[in-house]
Amino acid sequence: MTLTANEQMWKEMGIDLESHGQLMNALGPIYGEIYLSQQNRPQGMGFYDFVVGDIHGIRVKELREHSKDGGKVVATYCVFVPEEFCWAAGAIPVSLCAGTQFSVPVAEEVLPRNTCALIKSSYGFKLGRLCPYVQASHLIVGETTCDGKKKMFELLAEQQPVYVMEVPNKRGTAGRALWQQEVRDFKAKIEELTGNEITAENLGEAIKKVNARRREFRRLSVLRSADPAPISGKDALLATQVSMYDDVERQTQMITALNDELEERVKKGEGVAPKGAKRILISGSPMAIPNWKLHHIAESAGAVIVGEESCTGSRFYNELIPEGIGYLEDMLTALADRYLKTNCACFTPNTERLDDIIKMARDLKADGVIHYNLQFCHTYANEAVQVDRALAEAGIPLLRVETDYSDEDAGQLKTRIDAFLEML
Amino acid sequence: MTTAGLDVGSRTIKLVLFDNGILSSAVTDSGLKPLERCRRLLHNKSFDKLTVTGYGRDLVAPELSGATISEISAQAVAARFLYPDSAGVIDIGGQDSKVIRLNPGGGVSKFEMNDRCAAGTGKFLEIMARALELSIDEFAQTALDAERSVTLNSLCTVFAESEVVSLINKGEDAHAIALGLHQSVTTRVAGMARRVGVSDRLVFAGGGARNPCLRRLLEERLGLSVTVPEEPQITAALGAAIIAASGKNQGEQ
Repeated sequence: MTLTANEQMWKEMGIDLESHGQLMNALGPIYGEIYLSQQNRPQGMGFYDFVVGDIHGIRVKELREHSKDGGKVVATYCVFVPEEFCWAAGAIPVSLCAGTQFSVPVAEEVLPRNTCALIKSSYGFKLGRLCPYVQASHLIVGETTCDGKKKMFELLAEQQPVYVMEVPNKRGTAGRALWQQEVRDFKAKIEELTGNEITAENLGEAIKKVNARRREFRRLSVLRSADPAPISGKDALLATQVSMYDDVERQTQMITALNDELEERVKKGEGVAPKGAKRILISGSPMAIPNWKLHHIAESAGAVIVGEESCTGSRFYNELIPEGIGYLEDMLTALADRYLKTNCACFTPNTERLDDIIKMARDLKADGVIHYNLQFCHTYANEAVQVDRALAEAGIPLLRVETDYSDEDAGQLKTRIDAFLEML
Repeated sequence: MTTAGLDVGSRTIKLVLFDNGILSSAVTDSGLKPLERCRRLLHNKSFDKLTVTGYGRDLVAPELSGATISEISAQAVAARFLYPDSAGVIDIGGQDSKVIRLNPGGGVSKFEMNDRCAAGTGKFLEIMARALELSIDEFAQTALDAERSVTLNSLCTVFAESEVVSLINKGEDAHAIALGLHQSVTTRVAGMARRVGVSDRLVFAGGGARNPCLRRLLEERLGLSVTVPEEPQITAALGAAIIAASGKNQGEQ
């Protein structure tokens, strides 16, 4: 059997071609059903269709080209890991989170079943040699945002170099001091890995680049507040997901073009759903590619998702880092403080997140919020109690769902979401 | 105008014909081909509009030119129709249990539904009755006749079944086991009811409401009385028929 160019590349990277082929064969029809069947899609989504169409091809090839010249690839799992250091030192950061049931059974050969799907799926991708991005990376950077991940990283370190950043549990003085040091240690780690020094100049450039992408995502969020919504939640989610592993400048360019198009739509009053369609804000656990399940069920039921209070949403782009700071030390301080503002449920207390959800729901004119919880993600599940109370007080209807990447509960989810939309 | 409400549930299919009141109703097992069963139920029936609810609604509605509505909205509408002052619904069905709080206008203001697993559902009780080699009716009666109960530690259906087997093998009394099992369902459902915040004027619907032991235990645990409709199994179908009459869901399908 002759191998295609992609297959040849994957083989060289140690991918299990047979399993990987099954995964790719499954993804195509899912994407067709969920994405290509949508009406009135913005033309700007063409780029993303193209990216997903060759999801383990073109970008992986770019990473390999970069590595041939001695460049490094740094894989991350979390929005806490400051990507600016990678860009500054000439490394490419890619997000590794995995969102498919396909790799879960492989992981369950090692990890406990009652571990969240995100942890199992990502570990299964490495164990089953299914992910060229993890294969292409020189360093995996983990973080201590949850106990399951923390321990998974120890197992992952048996397979590939792993570096873990400690995220504090509290944001007080001690927590901030810890995080400031962790950020500086990570900078040193990236310098050691790449052999390049991170300077005020190259870090300043990197901050500007990443900020530019964040600004475009913030603009996208404002555009989604229009009624009718100019873009589906599914498409906006996909743009966010792809941005997490693509080149930062290319993404800024693509989202800018998409936003320009959406701006025209908003002016003309064009949308992807009829004016007055029920508007939903999703809040909670991240959704890694190809986890489009909840968005798909809700939008198929006639709603439009107008925002994601999530790591694959607002937590990825909300806060900017001040630009124009001249001294490296001050830049590092500002950068660390920016990341510490991420309202992750790993913090206690985390009341800022409650404020964020309410603000987003109001800004986006959401009729209701769906709190999305990956099963066995205890921090978000427990924090949902407070989210429930805070939203009740604010008079915003909330539906809590707990699920994973499998389809076995699609019927129950649909019933709940249908009922929630009927209720609004 | 005559409307039809069809509730395509996981265990049974229910039909209600409605014209300002229930004209007729029918119940049949869902079987392996629910659509065919629905066609048979509707055979020779004349009505102007159809609304379908329940698990199979999306399979059946397009085939029979009906609109759809979720079971939750259907139960809410039926409860208000049967008992205009009702403020909440507990529905223990074959595959799920639900607790619904109604707002003063009769709409749904909050609801909860069990997550994927069978704990707290009719299915759970069915499997446990089988483990005790009793029919559903005998199982309920056995529990009602119990003088004491054993506490079951597991809510998971599969684990609870093993626990029942090991209790039998220890020589434990079937009455006490049956009561313990009923208690574990009501504990679960009462927990949902507390989270939803229902307080009074509760309608107990769904197939589970036919079980007198569940009813008694729910009342004890929640400290209030529940009203069981004459035919609790058909309330979702009734709600669907009423919604068809109101034309509120005609836009969707």
